Amino acid sequence: MDYLRKVAAIVKKDIAAELHTKEMISAMLVFSALASLIFSFALDLRGELAEAAAPGVLWATIAFAGTLGLSRSMAREEQTGCIDGLLLAPVDRTAIFFGKAAGNLLFMSIVEVALLPLFSVLFDVGLMEARILVVLVLGTVGYAAVGTLLAAIAVNTRAREVMLPVLLLPLAVPVLIGAVQATGAFLEGASLADAQGWIRILVVYDLVIVAVSVLTFDYVVED
Amino acid sequence: MEESVRDRRARRDMAGLLLAGTSGILVLAAVGMVFLYAPRELTMGDVQRIFYFHVASAWVGFFGFFVTFLAGIVYLTRGRRRWDILGLASVEVGLTFIIMTVVTGMLWAKPVWGTYWTWEPRLTISAVQLLIYVAYGMLRGSIEGAERQARFAAVYGIVAFVTVPLSWFAIRWWRTIHPDVLTGGEGMAVTPRMVQTLIVSIVAFSGLYATLLRQRIRLEWSRDRFTRLRSHLERKQSAGRPIRSA
Repeated sequence: MDYLRKVAAIVKKDIAAELHTKEMISAMLVFSALASLIFSFALDLRGELAEAAAPGVLWATIAFAGTLGLSRSMAREEQTGCIDGLLLAPVDRTAIFFGKAAGNLLFMSIVEVALLPLFSVLFDVGLMEARILVVLVLGTVGYAAVGTLLAAIAVNTRAREVMLPVLLLPLAVPVLIGAVQATGAFLEGASLADAQGWIRILVVYDLVIVAVSVLTFDYVVED
Repeated sequence: MEESVRDRRARRDMAGLLLAGTSGILVLAAVGMVFLYAPRELTMGDVQRIFYFHVASAWVGFFGFFVTFLAGIVYLTRGRRRWDILGLASVEVGLTFIIMTVVTGMLWAKPVWGTYWTWEPRLTISAVQLLIYVAYGMLRGSIEGAERQARFAAVYGIVAFVTVPLSWFAIRWWRTIHPDVLTGGEGMAVTPRMVQTLIVSIVAFSGLYATLLRQRIRLEWSRDRFTRLRSHLERKQSAGRPIRSA
C-alpha cells in the first residue's frame, strides 16, 4: 500500500508539472495530427486503402509521438534536477520506474484517446471499439515501459533526444507488429479468439519488459 | 609451479596462434567443401552454395549477441571491466557476421526469388538484429566515462536480447498470416554431403568468431593500457619532471 502511494506521488508530480507547462501533451497531440496528415498525403489514404492502412498509420503515429513524450519526460527530470531528489528520497528505485512509466502511459493514453476519433473521421474506419481499446492499452503498456527504461538511458547520452528513437524502435518491433495486426483483425470484425495470438504476444511482451526493466532500472539511475 | 609473466604471455600467444591457425585451416576447408564437395542443388543450381556461409554466419551472429547478453548480466552483478570488454567485442564481431548474413541472404534471394529483398522471417529478424546492435554501438559512442558506458551498454544488451524471441514469433506469424508467394517453393532436397559441408562451415565460422573475438578483446585491453600510460605521462609532465624516453 505504502509502495503504491509512492508510485502515485511520482505520477501526481508528473501530472502537476505537465498541467503547469502543458508542453508534452500539446506537442504530442499536434505532432500526431501532423503525422496523420502527412500519412494521408504520402499514401493517398481514401476508401479501401484508408481502411487497410489505418492500423499501421495509427500505430506508427503512436510510436513516433510516444518517443517525443518519453524523451521530454526524462529530459525534464534531468533539467530540473528532479531526478536527483527522487533518487535521494527513501523510495525503492522500482517505485521510481513504475511512477515514471505510469505517467508516460497516462500521457500516451490521453493522446490516443484524442487520436481515435480523429482517425475514425479522417479514414472513415470504426476504431472506437472496446476490443481495439484493449489492444491500445496492451500495446501502450509495453511501449511505455520499455520506452521509460530506454529514455532513462538516452538522457545520459550526448545525443539525448536523437538517441531514444534509435534505441527504442528496434526493440518495439514485437509490440508494433502485434498491435497493428490485432487492430487490423478487429477492424475486419474478427472475434477475440481469432486474434488471440497477437494479444498473447502483446501480453507476454508487457510482462517480460516490465520484469526486465524492474531488474535493470537500478543500474540505469545509479549515479 | 612458478610461472613468469613472460612464460605466461608466450603461452597465451601460442594459444592465440593455434586458434587463428586452426580456424584459418577450417575456413579454407569449408570453402573447398562448399565449391568442390557439396553437390549442385537441382532447382537453384550453384547459387545455393551461398547457403552454407549464409547459415553459418547467421548462427555465429546470433551466438555473438547471446554472449553479449550473458556478459551484460555478469557485468551488472560483478562490475568487472573484462565482462564489459567481452560484451563489446562480441557485439562488434557478431555485427560483422550479421551483415554478412543479410548480404548473402539478399544475393541468394535475387536469382532464386527474383528480388533482393523479401520479408522472409529469418532475413527480417536478421535485419532487425542488425539495427539493434548498430544502436548498441551508437549508444556506447555517445556516453562519457568508461564505467557508465559499460553499465548502460550492459542494460541495453540485456533488454535487446530479451525482445529477440518475441520479435521472431511476431515476424513469423505476420508472414504466415500473409502467405508469401515468393517463398512458396522453399523446400530443398538435403543430401548428407550438404549436411557435412554445413557442419564444417559452422565450425569454421565459430572458430573465426573466437579468433576475431580474442583479437578484439586484446585490442581493448591495449587501449586501456595506452590510456593509463598517457594519463600517467601527462601527470608527470604537469608535475614539471622531465620524461624519460620509453
